[in-house]
Amino acid sequence: MSQRFKDIDYIGVFLWVFRAIIIVLVIYGTVSKLFLGVGNEYTIETWIDFFVSGLSQGSLYALIALGYTMVYGILFMINFAHGEFFMSGAMTSTVLVATFLSASGFLDAQPLVSMLLITAVSIITSISVALLTERIAYRPLRRAPRLVPLITAIGASFFWQYFFRGLFGSALIPFPVPESLQGRWTIFGLEFLRTRVVVMGTTVIALVFLYLFIQRTKTGKAIRAVAEDKDVAALMGINVDRTISITFAIGAAMAGIAGVLWGLVFRQVHFYMGFVPGIKAFTAAVFGGIGSIPGAALGGLLLGVIEAVGPPLFLEGLGIVGAHQLKDVIAFTMLVLVLIFRPQGLIGEKLAEKKA
Amino acid sequence: MALLEVNNLHAYYGNIHALKGISLQVEEGEIVSLIGGNGAGKTTTLRSISGLIPPKPGAITLGGEDLSNHKAHELVSRGVAMVPEGRGVFAKLTVLENLEMGAFHRTDKDGIIADLNSVYELFPRLAERKKQLAGTMSGGEQQMLAMGRAMMSRPTLLLLDEPSMGLAPVLVEAIFDTITEINKNGTTVLLVEQNAHMALQVAHRGYVLQTGTIVLSDSAKELQRNPMVQKAYLGIE
Repeated sequence: MSQRFKDIDYIGVFLWVFRAIIIVLVIYGTVSKLFLGVGNEYTIETWIDFFVSGLSQGSLYALIALGYTMVYGILFMINFAHGEFFMSGAMTSTVLVATFLSASGFLDAQPLVSMLLITAVSIITSISVALLTERIAYRPLRRAPRLVPLITAIGASFFWQYFFRGLFGSALIPFPVPESLQGRWTIFGLEFLRTRVVVMGTTVIALVFLYLFIQRTKTGKAIRAVAEDKDVAALMGINVDRTISITFAIGAAMAGIAGVLWGLVFRQVHFYMGFVPGIKAFTAAVFGGIGSIPGAALGGLLLGVIEAVGPPLFLEGLGIVGAHQLKDVIAFTMLVLVLIFRPQGLIGEKLAEKKA
Repeated sequence: MALLEVNNLHAYYGNIHALKGISLQVEEGEIVSLIGGNGAGKTTTLRSISGLIPPKPGAITLGGEDLSNHKAHELVSRGVAMVPEGRGVFAKLTVLENLEMGAFHRTDKDGIIADLNSVYELFPRLAERKKQLAGTMSGGEQQMLAMGRAMMSRPTLLLLDEPSMGLAPVLVEAIFDTITEINKNGTTVLLVEQNAHMALQVAHRGYVLQTGTIVLSDSAKELQRNPMVQKAYLGIE
């Protein structure tokens, strides 16, 4: 018996208690909300609405998280400027294309063509910003210690924020939503905001395309090969620098798509809009298992849903007022919990020695 | 003129002077072995020839063409293929995908399929495991895959770094038989080995490397008889 007590490690006990408290709080909140009726004013439709808005928000996180996870997978570097790739596409396409299309009436006359045009400009901008950042700021540091490109990424993030502030000003810029995408659609007898349906549909298409690209194409296979071993990939005749650029470009394209979808949902863009979504998407990538593409998608969706359903479900059940304002607390609590209890993420693998 | 000519090659790892001006030639159709102990510079020599380490200074020519200013990925299309130490298969890619990576620079689809079939003929085990992830295979199978993958680029010069490392004796025999077969089919081979016994058995000529310099070069038969080689590398007193 005394031998057993000697083996107890106090940090382990603390973490165990910490985990137990969180679980008890979540369960207690949920039960008191659903069954004890602590201010349970929501109907089943409202819950579905919470869930769907969570899925749509999560889709956006997932699209952005792909860029973090792909770059990490190939360079073992957290590209903190990725949120700015997202912002640059959203802002540029809004100011240069969407506003103009809306003023001329073309946006409502040809919503599909307009949205495709806006998205194309957004993707091109995001890719250009990403390639410039990679070429100028990251490539010279390829063999530097890992902290150096991380700090550089934060610097690049500030650079692009203030670059686009200088370019387009610091005001909130409205994103025009075509009339045909305003209001709701009725699907299976339930009403859904049209923009949310568009967000989820586009995300699914983008994810399928990305999956096929990575799995089936020669370039996709080269990306996976470079991620595993750069020297051996070079011995196969793969241009490693070019492959890394392509990886940045694909991540940025996803961020560019997310930028337009973000505009549709929130109806405004701003030079600082990349910061919080960037951090959230990073959280999603870590949650799913950084380096894993399916992990980023899953992590993003789960984070969105937990953020949307969590506050009304267990925070309100705990009697917290204004629970919706605490969704960021949930997101970052999750980040901390994942880092403590499952650093490899939901479906990520444990890092091998050489990567760590 | 020899197929591969290396003249006065130097290489550094940071401040460590790993190669101190080595020169060697490999004639077309030969198997040449480079033997030496740990840290002698064998792997560094191969990494320099394949472009992974820039020569400072040194001249490397293949069939008269200067290779020393090209990066590794540009050398594959010029006929250099290397099987790295520890095999270096892409663990998370399937066997077939690994082989496809070997033919990365090629665009002749028919030729690639033909070479794929001849690799499967050389290593029937790979054909059975096409769809399997390379990381789930045994060491011997991974060595076969690494060699098959290198052959997929249709190299004129094949560089092999420690192909016998970590393999059971029966597999070592099989691998060296395959090396002879690959050579008979027309590929020139430069082989680096700690297993000097096997290396000198299959090779036509050999070089002995000690702390970054070549101390001896001769035909493989003569090297096997050389008292210094016998004592230091073959374990014969």
